[in-house]
This record gives sequence, C-alpha cells and structure tokens, in this order.
Amino acid sequence: MHDWSVNPELEVQHLTMRFGGLTAIGDLSFNAGRKQITALIGPNGAGKTTVFNCITGFYKPTEGMIKLNHADGTEFLLERMDDFIITQKAKVARTFQNIRLFSGMTLLENLMVAQHNVLMKASNYTIGGILGSGRFKRAENEAIERSKYWLDKVNLTKRADDAAGDLPYGAQRRLEIARAMCTEPRLLCLDEPAAGLNPRESDELNQLLLSIRDDHNMAILLIEHDMSVVMGISDHIVVLDYGRKIADGTPAQIKTDPAVIRAYLGVEEDEAPADIITEATGVKSVSAPVAAKPAPVIVEPVVVAAPAKKPAVKKPAPAKKPPAKKGGRK
Amino acid sequence: MSVAAKDTTSKAQVKTLDAFSLAKDLIGSAIITMLILTPIVALKTTMAQGVLFISGRWILAAELTAAVVIGRLLIHLYAWYKSHAEANAIAPSKPMIKAASLSDTYGKYVAPALLVFALLLPVLSYASPWGEKRTVDLAIYILTYIMLGWGLNVVVGLAGLLDLGYVAFYAIGAYAYALLSTVLLPYLFGPGVLPWAFYITLPLSGLLAATWGIILGFPVLRLRGDYLAIVTLAFGEMIRLVLINWFSLTNGPQGIIVPKATFFGLPFKDEAGSFSAFFNIPYDRIHFYFFLYYLILTLALITYFVTKRLRRLPIGRAWEALREDEIACRSLGINTTTTKLTAFATGAMFGGFAGSFFAARQGFVSPESFVYIESALILAIVVLGGLGSQIGIVFSAIAIMGSFEIFREMDFMKAILPTGTEPIQFRMLAVGLAMVLMMRFRPRGFVTKRQPTVFLKEKKSISGDMVAEGHG
Repeated sequence: MHDWSVNPELEVQHLTMRFGGLTAIGDLSFNAGRKQITALIGPNGAGKTTVFNCITGFYKPTEGMIKLNHADGTEFLLERMDDFIITQKAKVARTFQNIRLFSGMTLLENLMVAQHNVLMKASNYTIGGILGSGRFKRAENEAIERSKYWLDKVNLTKRADDAAGDLPYGAQRRLEIARAMCTEPRLLCLDEPAAGLNPRESDELNQLLLSIRDDHNMAILLIEHDMSVVMGISDHIVVLDYGRKIADGTPAQIKTDPAVIRAYLGVEEDEAPADIITEATGVKSVSAPVAAKPAPVIVEPVVVAAPAKKPAVKKPAPAKKPPAKKGGRK
Repeated sequence: MSVAAKDTTSKAQVKTLDAFSLAKDLIGSAIITMLILTPIVALKTTMAQGVLFISGRWILAAELTAAVVIGRLLIHLYAWYKSHAEANAIAPSKPMIKAASLSDTYGKYVAPALLVFALLLPVLSYASPWGEKRTVDLAIYILTYIMLGWGLNVVVGLAGLLDLGYVAFYAIGAYAYALLSTVLLPYLFGPGVLPWAFYITLPLSGLLAATWGIILGFPVLRLRGDYLAIVTLAFGEMIRLVLINWFSLTNGPQGIIVPKATFFGLPFKDEAGSFSAFFNIPYDRIHFYFFLYYLILTLALITYFVTKRLRRLPIGRAWEALREDEIACRSLGINTTTTKLTAFATGAMFGGFAGSFFAARQGFVSPESFVYIESALILAIVVLGGLGSQIGIVFSAIAIMGSFEIFREMDFMKAILPTGTEPIQFRMLAVGLAMVLMMRFRPRGFVTKRQPTVFLKEKKSISGDMVAEGHG
C-alpha cells in the first residue's frame, strides 16, 4: 500500500478523453498524494498534457471522474467544473508547456493578476475600489507583499518592474510558477517546467519545487521529460504511453519497469520480452545506486530520451535503429 | 557602436549621385510613364453628333510625366541624403536615447498642461482667429470625440476586443435622452420637469447603454478577432436601422426635437427666468456654448479619471491580462465572461453619456448622426492615439477632428481642385492617407508605451512591442 493510495489529494478514475475517433487517454486511473510530487511521464504524444487539460478543466473528459480532496475534507469533482472555477474554488493552479505570461505587463502585475479574485472581493467588485476603500488598500498591500514573497522565492525581485516578455526563458518559467502559486493553490500542475533550462537552472528548479512541497504543504503534479528533475524530486511517477497507464510507482520501481523501458527505447521485433527484462536488470544494477542520490547525475535507461544517445545504450546493435513502432519517438 | 560596424555601413550604403546613371533612370521612367499614359490619358475619345473622335490631351500627359520624373528625382535625392546622413552620424543611437528620455522626463507634464489649457480655453477663444463661438463649438465637438475615444479605449485598448459598432451606444444614449425627456418624464412628472430633463436622463442613458453593452456582449463572447468585429459592426447598423424604421417610437428619419441642456434648470434664452436673467447679465448665445464646453469637459474628465482608476483596480488589470492572454487568465481563476462583459458595459456607458450630451447640445436627434463612419472615426482615434493610451487619444482626436475643420478653411485649395468640389469633400481621403502613413511610420500610434499599473521600486514604461494588441 503506497502512501498516495490513502487519502490522496487528487484521484483520477477511469479517465477517458476521445477526440473524434482518436482516444487520447484511455481508462486512466491514478492518485496524486498529499504533499507529494507526482510526475507524469511518457513519450511525446502519450497524452500527458491532455490529462492536465482535463484536470484543469480546459477539456471536458469523455468519461471518468477527477476528484480533488482538500485537507479539510471538502471534495470537488473537477470534471464537472469550469476551468476558471477549478482555480477559484478547487484551488488547482497550472503552468503551460509553451509559457503563457502576460508579456506586456510587469512581473509584479503578472502576480497581481493572479490574485484577481481576492482583490475583486476586497474592492467590493470594483465599487469600493473606485471610491478608494481602506479594505481594498489593505488587500492590495497584502497582495503586493505576497507577490514580493514569490518574486523573492523565484529569485526575480530585481526585475519586478520589468516587462515579463523581457525576461530570459528560464526566468519566464520560474515567473509562471510564481504566478500560479499566487493563486494560493492546493494542487500545482506544472507542464514541463524544466524544458529549455540549463543544468544549473533545472537544479534550482528542483530546490524550488521541493520547497513548495515542504514549506507550503503542496501537492505537485508534474509533466517532465528532464529525468534529472523527475528522478531527483518525484515521490511518485505515473508513466503513460498511447494514453494508457503502463506503470505507476516510486522512481526506483519505474526505472526497472520493463514496460517503461520498452516504451522509451522501443523493442526490436525479434527480441523476446525476456531479453528486455534481462537487459533492464543489467542496466539497473549499474544505475540504481546513483539514482538514490538526491540530485543524481543520470545514467538511467529512461533518461536517454535524446535520440543521439540511443545507440550507446542499446548495446547489441548500435547501427540498427529501433523499429519505428515505438522507438522512433522520444 | 563599434568602429567596424560604422565602416561597413559607410562602405555598403553611401550612394554616389552619378549624373549619368541618374539621367538614364529619369529618362527611362519618363518614357515608361509616357507609354502608359498615352492610351489612358493622352488619347481621349469624345462623342460629337454620333461620331467618335479622338482628341489629344498631350499637355496633361506631359504634366503628369513631369510629376513622375520629379518624384523619381526626389526619391533618388532622399536615398542619397539618407545614406550620407547615416554614414556621417557618429553615434546614431545617441539621439534616439535622448529623445526617449525626453519623453519620459516631460511626459508627466503633458496631462496637467492639457488640463490647464482646456480649463482656460473659453478665455483663450477670444483670441482665436475663428471667433470665440466657432472655436468653443469646435472644442466641444473634439471633446465629445475624446470622451468617446476614452470610452472605446476600455473595450479596444484595454480589453483588446475589437468593437466596430461603438456608435450604437452613442445612439442609444442620445435616443434615451430624447425619448425619456420628451415622452416619459413629462408623462410622469408633468412638463415642469423639462428643464431638469438632462440631469435626470444623463445617468439613466448611461445605464441603458451599459445594459445594451451587456446584451450585445452575451452573444459575442465566444467570438474573437474578425468575427467579433463583424458582429459588433452589424449591431451598430441594427440599432441605426431600428431607429429609422420604428416610426411610432423614434419618428424615423425625421428625428426628434428634444429640449436643450439647461444650467441646472435655467435655460439659455432671452427671457425671464433664464440663465442671463437670473445672473442679471445681458443675454448672449455664447453663454450656452461656454456652458456646454464645461459640461462636456466635466464629463470627459470623469471618463478620464474613472478609466484611469479602473486600470489600477483588479478589474482593469484583468482587462489588460485578457488582452495579453485569455487562456492564462482562465488558468488564474479569472471569469473571462464577466470580465469581457464589464469591459463592454463600461465602454458602452461612457458612449451613452456622450450620446446624451450630444442630444442635449443639438436639441435634435436623428439616425443620420449615428452612421458607421462615426464608429470608424472613433476607432481610428483610439488606434491612432496608441492602444490603451489616454493622452494619445487626446492628440489623435485633435488631429483627426481638427483637420476636418482646417479643410473648411482651405479655400486656396480650390485653385488646384476640380471645379465644383470643395476642399472639405477630401477630408476623409486625407484622413485615410494620414492613417496609412501613420501605420507605416508609427504602427503603434502616437503613444507607444504602456505605463505599468503598480510598481515596487521604479515605474518603467513598457515598450509597445511587448504589449499584445488583443485577439478580439
């Protein structure tokens, strides 16, 4: 019995999403534990972002249930709620794979927009704000303080008054996380937060996410291709392929899972499944101790998402590419 | 600028003005022009007593050819001059920085200076060559459009929703005033209420227009960009056509005569109980103009300060965020539906106020005043001013509306215009040309910078390149 099975923050049950004839997600069930970092991984096109879009209400799932349990016992059925209500009431925040900042607004303004609902209430839905009520002034100062806190946390205080569009890529990613956190969420969904970051930046990201989890008691759901992030900080990994869950467990379990290796590296047509398992165990014995370290230098088979490295890992036939069926994908 | 970079520019771009190649080019263009002009200009067919003659217009063709050659020469000279100027400039980036800091330093004095000028304008108008009445009347006219521009700015500039039917709300405000003051108020309170009609109906017409803004907003919420523009355009036309055809209510194209605005119940007339009699001053029609001027100035300033304030409130920030990225807005828990509706309603409300003022000023409303071109003009004012900029709108309204007035004055133009035409007939042509040039050289309008609504240490204006224009 894993700790995410008991009283989880998020329960996804039998989630199915079809677009016409295409089943993007098929009968997916998983849990995201309280105060845990749950990583959702899988090859490109596996349906990870679709899962996110279902959880955050951008898509209405064809079938299934998505239940969010707050620590105080309140339950929300996310599949029945509108996207903005999910953020407002159920307290789920998200970031986007292709960063979506308000690039013409300053960093501070970006974070203030995230606190819209609190400020709207404090301004008596604008009327008190126009008349300059003290309540609104106080709420606005609080909002600025919270923005300052998160700017500090993501190390962007110096640039608070610059346009968000002027920031370098890595900083934009961090700002987007800060903006999501300003909505005071219970569950934070991050869509590839480490994409395009250099090793130092992704290490900083790891620290940031761990701090969000531990200092703010947050559940984090993470889509990521960068295995240094996934293996370094996740408590729980769910692996998708072709919209179906192929593995679910702790990082150590996932590393050795034959189905995962097959999905990531592909299988030779003539290779028997038994061979793969042996191969996987072989690799495992080398890499397992390394992976146990907190911020590992990765030698995992799963890591080798970059096509260039594939021949090196696939020891028997370096010249032969894995068959197109699965191995062609990252 | 590094020395190397400067060297390459001077080597690559300095053009020499070679007389031979220049002459060759000019003669070539003259020949081509003549060849083109011969069939379409020089040879003219005329019908005389059923017989077709060909008559020559060679002089006209020669004139046009000369114009082309001179134009071509000017282009060459300009290119030559420009390449020299670039090569000679030691640090071309320096004056640019200076100009930017200049606008930053003195930018904050522009608004107060304009306000002082506006307050003193009736006094200054006595020095105007056009006479005080016409000057103040023009100022009223321009201020109405500034107010409309500020109202539309909420929808187009802040929320990024393209509205081509803004004049509908102007019409609703005007007709609300007309119908309430001539039908409903006398019916409810008797004819004694008429002098006060303006003050009672002004807020009501704003509310009515805002309601219609929401009614329009609902069906178009799902539309974006071009589709939204088309639907709002249709809405503007619908309102006008209803006003024309609902004869029993609106008196159709003949319009409605409505009571003019009064000074808190005191009419501007040469009689007992009027403004002049009450203050014991000789009657002068200019009082009415001054009163109207300060009335629209007050209304415009209310619009200015309310929208300025709204921008700093969460709702205003949400509008701007909506313009930047609607999906991100939703992911932050912002109800984009109500946010869009409030933008529509707020913009419509100011349009309604302006319409109500328009009716009270004219003393007459008819559907003719609310044609599509008015919407286009207001939108042009907003776009030309720089999306989202309030001060820019003042300048563009003065430029566009003022230029119309200047066209009336250009009698000397008659010398070169075809007989039977007035310079004023070319005003839209000139505005169109000005817009084209503007979009070529200053595509983001007069004011290209966005001022942040909140800051920690230092208020830095944001370059227009960063700011999104909205997707509808």
